[in-house]
Amino acid sequence: MNFDFSDEQRALQSEVQRFLSDRADLSVARAVLDDDGAHFAEPVWREMLELGWAGMAIPDQYGGVGLGYLELCVLAEELGRSLAPVPFSSTIYLFTEAILRVANENVRAQTLPAVAAGEIIGTLAFAEGIGFPRPNRIKLRFENGRLHGEKWPVADAMIANHAVVLAADENDEPCLCLLSLTQEGVERRPLQSVDPTRGQGALVFNGAEAQRLGEAGESAWKVFQQILDAAAVLFAFEQVGGAASCLEQAIEFASERTAFGRTIGSFQAIKHKLADIYVGNQLAVSNAYYGAWALASGSEELSLAASVARVSAIQAFEAAASENIQVHGGMGFTWEADCHLYLRRSRALALVIGDASLWKSQVANEFERRVA
Amino acid sequence: MDFEDTPEEAAFRHEVTAWLAEQAAEYDLSRHGDITMEQQLALGRAFQARKAERGYAKVTWPKKLGGMGGTPMQAVIYDQEEEQYDLPTVFFAISLGMPIPVMRRFATEEQQQRYLAPALRGEEIWCQLFSEPSAGSDLGGIRLRATRDGEDWVLNGQKIWTSWAHISDFGVIITRTDPSVPKHRGMTYFFVDMKSPGVEVRPIKQAAGGGEFCEVFFTDVRIPDTARLGEVNGGWQVAIATLMEERFAVTEAAGGGASLEDTVRFLRSEFDDGESAMNDPRVRDKIADWYVAESGINNFYARLLTGLSQGQLPGPEAALSKLVIASKLQQQSSSLMDICGPAGAVYPDHSVSRATDHRMAWLEAAGYRIAGGTDEILRNTIAERVLGLPGDIRVDKDVPFEKLA
Repeated sequence: MNFDFSDEQRALQSEVQRFLSDRADLSVARAVLDDDGAHFAEPVWREMLELGWAGMAIPDQYGGVGLGYLELCVLAEELGRSLAPVPFSSTIYLFTEAILRVANENVRAQTLPAVAAGEIIGTLAFAEGIGFPRPNRIKLRFENGRLHGEKWPVADAMIANHAVVLAADENDEPCLCLLSLTQEGVERRPLQSVDPTRGQGALVFNGAEAQRLGEAGESAWKVFQQILDAAAVLFAFEQVGGAASCLEQAIEFASERTAFGRTIGSFQAIKHKLADIYVGNQLAVSNAYYGAWALASGSEELSLAASVARVSAIQAFEAAASENIQVHGGMGFTWEADCHLYLRRSRALALVIGDASLWKSQVANEFERRVA
Repeated sequence: MDFEDTPEEAAFRHEVTAWLAEQAAEYDLSRHGDITMEQQLALGRAFQARKAERGYAKVTWPKKLGGMGGTPMQAVIYDQEEEQYDLPTVFFAISLGMPIPVMRRFATEEQQQRYLAPALRGEEIWCQLFSEPSAGSDLGGIRLRATRDGEDWVLNGQKIWTSWAHISDFGVIITRTDPSVPKHRGMTYFFVDMKSPGVEVRPIKQAAGGGEFCEVFFTDVRIPDTARLGEVNGGWQVAIATLMEERFAVTEAAGGGASLEDTVRFLRSEFDDGESAMNDPRVRDKIADWYVAESGINNFYARLLTGLSQGQLPGPEAALSKLVIASKLQQQSSSLMDICGPAGAVYPDHSVSRATDHRMAWLEAAGYRIAGGTDEILRNTIAERVLGLPGDIRVDKDVPFEKLA
């Protein structure tokens, strides 16, 4: 039994943690939150690119570092803990994942080195307003190499220069297309959201040029789901990182704050609440490991493991973030306290690639399929 | 990162599975139909003797003590494989899990010679006489008196929730020897022959009908001072050592009830209203919640085993498994009854097993949430020993025991 990260991966994690606590503490997230015009922390993002993070899991023949998903998982956990306001998830978990899974050799050779070199901020545009896309209800049209329609919300839409979009082709079949967002025919509109440290926007396409990824007739919908499965595991690591931080904050506060002549952490009402948060976090971490294993080993179980990891991580982070405020009492609900930054992030991550009940239905479907 | 055995672990697993397959042909309960508890016990003793021959009765013990000199990971592998069968081992779990390790640690060389091997072979069974009517979660509150009389001690009082006392030959017992000092400082630990005059065992019928728990009355029971384990008034330290043994014993998935696979098979079948419950999105939502929790526990356990495989013993965080499993069993069983409508309260015509039936498991689960550490005590354990929060305020800490209300 070797169900853990390796010593090398742990060493990488410590390195990442050191960098983030030094260069991207919560003041960085707060600066983006407080500045209505800011969409991300560009200087920190530049430093991350210099460290080679964008190319971490890109194969070396495309200019990447050539490490794997497990390294991305430890990186994601630390990004989640620090709330670093950078477009890493959109660019790596979504955009790059899409290129790796569906693009032909030509497109990979053009795109991946640019990601690794830090020239691309990418995103995946799939939502079309309220609800979650369904394969036969996609409104964005891809016809004669051009896109017509609208996508919102799109993560990091205001700062991305490339996107993979989910559209419907001439035959009304789902397809995935790659395009540059810095062309005429693409308009962007910022959207205010619960977590401004992970910016969102709307993309409007008026005949923007795009290229289909993969062949017509292939099931783009299936590929889209595979991309989301992979992203679900990586987001789960961000979530468990955030949840761990919330628990640490709550323990620290409960150990200092006194009421009724005792530290509040000595009351069972608080102790038991924090024990429950610990339990939820441990289940979520363990399920995230399961997802990591399935992702890294290319297991057929990925669809099940990813959905389990996501549901567990959503539950843990949202519970930890909201109970952290509760433990902090009135001070926890001030703008000044950091608790709300995590509450916002926990909600944003719970929605970013579909909510818990959507993923629960995947858990049930995948589990049932395995029962003879 | 993987779930694979190391080559050494795989070799040991192979050896164990081959041996168990052979034994199961003879001892598996499924081959014996409807037999009485006495018959099961006789079968169990015979199997236990075979286990002891191979050193499997105590995998981690040295060979000279009747073990096989194995690693903690090998002990887990043996248990995992044994669980694949329905072997009559339940009678020996407490005996070999807690009292016998304590005897190995605290009894004299001569006593170990006398007692360890027969217990390993299942010829003698040991129980643990801890809880009392007024001392459950707060074990330090025990009152059963041991009074010095020359070279002997005389025991008077009552124990309760003693598993398998009615089939036990010996027991380890914690007693009150000095009520004039604060509670944890006046307790002494002994072992006692359950056939001694003055020992009376009465099985307790539990709420769900089961009866492996007993209450045990001690009336002027005389035991020699040589049966003392640890120092006079040093019983608390011995008790803590016993409970540490228990910690890993309860780490593994415990419980009962239908497996989630069987639950899905049950829900998939056409109900009397012509529908399969698996078509109901509310039901599917619950299946997902249960699977996520079950998967979390299994994967948490895989992380513990990884530590064990690398030579680290599990810490107090292992307490979370039982905390999650017991409540989950209760909620899951209850939901399955809900799904069946009014008929959910009705038992089927055939006899039901508490190991596999959700109606039986629902009732049993109320007990699982208490046995071996209540939900509340486990939350305290996690909060204090894992998260580092302060212990509860103990108003009785410095008060002589006899002055307590």
